[in-house]
Amino acid sequence: MQKRAYYGLYIVIAILAVLPMVLPNSFYLDLAIRMAINAVIVLGLNLLIGFAGQISLGHAGFLGIGAYASAVLPTHFGWHPLLAMGAGAVATGLLAALVARPIFKLKGNYLAMATLGLGIILNIALRNEATWTGGPDGMPVPAFGLFGFELSNDKQWYWVVAILLSVSVWASLNLIDSPFGRALRALHGSEVASRVVGVDVVRYKVAIFVMSAVFASLMGSVTAHYVGFVTPNLADFFHSIELVTMVVIGGMASVYGSLVGAVLLTALPQALATFEGWETVVFGAILMICMIFLPKGLVPTLAAKFDKGDQA
Amino acid sequence: MSLLEVNDLSIHFGGVKAVQNVSFSIDAGIVYSVIGPNGAGKTTLFNLITGVYKPTSGEIRLDGESIGGKSPDELARRGVARTFQNLQICMNMSAIENVMVGAHLRLDRNLIKAALRLPGLTRRDAELREEAAGLMRFVGLEKYINARADSMPYGALKRLEIARALAMKPRLIFLDEPAAGLNPKETIEVDELVRKVADSGITVVLVEHDMKMVMNLSDRILVLDYGKKLAEGTGEEVRKNPDVIAAYLGAHA
Amino acid sequence: MLAQFLQFFFSGITVGATYALAALGFTLIYNASNVINFAQGEFIMLGGMLAVFFTQAGLPLPAALLLAILVPAVVGVLIEKLAIEPVKGAETVTLIIITIGASLVIRGLAAVIFGKGTHSLPAFSGDAPIEVLGATLMPQSLWVLGVTAVVVVVLWYFFTRTLTGKAMLATSYNRLAAELVGINTNGVLFMSFAMSAALGALGGILVTPITLTSYDAGIMLGLKGFVAAVLGGLGNGLGAVVGGLLVGLLESLGAGYLSSAYKDAIPFVLILFILFFMPRGLFGARVTDRV
Repeated sequence: MQKRAYYGLYIVIAILAVLPMVLPNSFYLDLAIRMAINAVIVLGLNLLIGFAGQISLGHAGFLGIGAYASAVLPTHFGWHPLLAMGAGAVATGLLAALVARPIFKLKGNYLAMATLGLGIILNIALRNEATWTGGPDGMPVPAFGLFGFELSNDKQWYWVVAILLSVSVWASLNLIDSPFGRALRALHGSEVASRVVGVDVVRYKVAIFVMSAVFASLMGSVTAHYVGFVTPNLADFFHSIELVTMVVIGGMASVYGSLVGAVLLTALPQALATFEGWETVVFGAILMICMIFLPKGLVPTLAAKFDKGDQA
Repeated sequence: MSLLEVNDLSIHFGGVKAVQNVSFSIDAGIVYSVIGPNGAGKTTLFNLITGVYKPTSGEIRLDGESIGGKSPDELARRGVARTFQNLQICMNMSAIENVMVGAHLRLDRNLIKAALRLPGLTRRDAELREEAAGLMRFVGLEKYINARADSMPYGALKRLEIARALAMKPRLIFLDEPAAGLNPKETIEVDELVRKVADSGITVVLVEHDMKMVMNLSDRILVLDYGKKLAEGTGEEVRKNPDVIAAYLGAHA
Repeated sequence: MLAQFLQFFFSGITVGATYALAALGFTLIYNASNVINFAQGEFIMLGGMLAVFFTQAGLPLPAALLLAILVPAVVGVLIEKLAIEPVKGAETVTLIIITIGASLVIRGLAAVIFGKGTHSLPAFSGDAPIEVLGATLMPQSLWVLGVTAVVVVVLWYFFTRTLTGKAMLATSYNRLAAELVGINTNGVLFMSFAMSAALGALGGILVTPITLTSYDAGIMLGLKGFVAAVLGGLGNGLGAVVGGLLVGLLESLGAGYLSSAYKDAIPFVLILFILFFMPRGLFGARVTDRV
């Protein structure tokens, strides 16, 4: 990897800078914002799934915590949105650590089962606690303001999200090419080998799981403020699966794959709208076909075609 | 005092007594070999001493400190390194990164600093890359310095394991069949490599089936059979031991 | 008090039996391939939906039920042949996504073909409730429990007394060794998917007269079957059955005595509890990795 991996970052920044000028209307701007938000979540999730080799089937639950923290705390308790966002992230981090510690002491991929359970419980709680959350119908979220400046139009949101995405790509690239990142990849490659060189495997798995959960929570808050409304669907099992699918379709252990996966899968439902009634069938078929023919995901498969050397 | 002392060590898997009441001690600076027929418990013994398995009973002391049942990463902190009989190379990483992981404990592993790419961290990482390249040259892998691990042949991967272990700057290194599956020429090269490692001051514990290599390298030899200690001594002593001869010729009474 | 408890107990073991069949399906496929089949719930849905469809089309009940088991079995086999066999040895997450893709396709097709409404199936032997110590038991519950019991006995016989069954067990213990002694492990995989789908469908058919069904009923049933399989110690057949009944019971008792709003959350609280305190499940085996 080294220097070359960072060229992609410049391309990402360039695309993000030019995009608002070429997008024909606000529909596409909105789509781009949602793609970028998903991309940040998927970057974090890919660190967990692709790099560390651990599966979470409940990340939408963490996203839900962030989103609802930003909705409930300012609405019912008058908290400042920034404080609410932080509280959501802290709560998510604590919950993730609490669940992950005992799970990672076990051999095998029990995280998938635990996160699946946790995600569903969170979702059911959001649906049931209607006094606070508005139940299945959801609730409105107050606008996000800081220092008297309020984020109100999509253009502003776009730049906020674009900066978040660029920073996330940069930080992810940094992380995987560091002692921390190497330990993470090593425990995926051979857990026993990483243990005998001194990697405290449990600690690393917990750390990356908590980090990716906090990423999801923060972006959940961002989503809530951007959309201005939250519903429990944000936190449902299907959304968790969507996020995992973005990781896998784009390419596990590929930073740029995360971006490609997020872009494609955010756009897919729009594209499928023409298949009236058949969306689910086509979506499912695409998932299967991608996984059967491109099990490594799009970006790594293409990268391997174009060069035999190393890659990010 | 010996560097490593093993007293009455046993492990049982269900009814299988893989290692039974084995005792021996290893002085610093020597090459110590463990031999025995397949299934004698050699790898299990390694797994016990390096913390991969927890002993059912018995005691392991490193520099007098009891280390039985400690986790592999705690042992790594105490300077114990090892290689694996079945390769444990991280195929999702490049060759040199596999070596760099060996230096894990000597680095700043902070997540935040890593994400922000602080200059101190990257400088140290660049130095480490140089050091790892040096280790790859030391084990004879100079032409694979820029290779991906999954593109390397078997023989090279065996040496890559040794390079990774050396990156830990260990006091004690356990080599589990470093010559298994290699051709005669490669075996001689590994023989020389083990000698070089020992000469650098690291205590070597070796499991190997190649008797010529074992006899050539070892200061002392432990013979295991069915999980029990059959004999221990210098190469000469072991070679003459009637029990050892019987075990190797399969002449069990 | 007793009557109320009995009432919860009856409804608990009835849906528990369905979870047990789903859990057995998970277990069969997991043992044969280490795949956790997230499409398992769709077989349950398909069984119920097809039974409704075929009876409404005028087929006599036995024929309709037979077809409602056979069609999902064929679907199961198709999934195995087209989507699982070609990617053998892929990463767990890849396999999970393939089975999720399959479940979406099945669910989507069901919505297109049968519509998004709720469907019901007449009970097999009338709706006259049976009084037991003040609680009522639907005759259909007896069908569910009876048939599940028969299935368990048949499966037990199959796995312990027949060569095919033993070959399947052998494959689950050690695939390579099974291949070396001449077992056709692809055939085993094929059988596992067919049996697993058929079991799921059977559960779906039996329970539909009680719970009704719709195109999206499979997800929750499947996930709860999965919880049951984990509870029993993933890979253990007896565990799956006990796990299924236990999940059903706890869910019903929890809904009755604690909170009906959180009824669906109970199995998932249970799975977290299991993972924290007894990760091998009730009957799971201890394993040691060889390095």
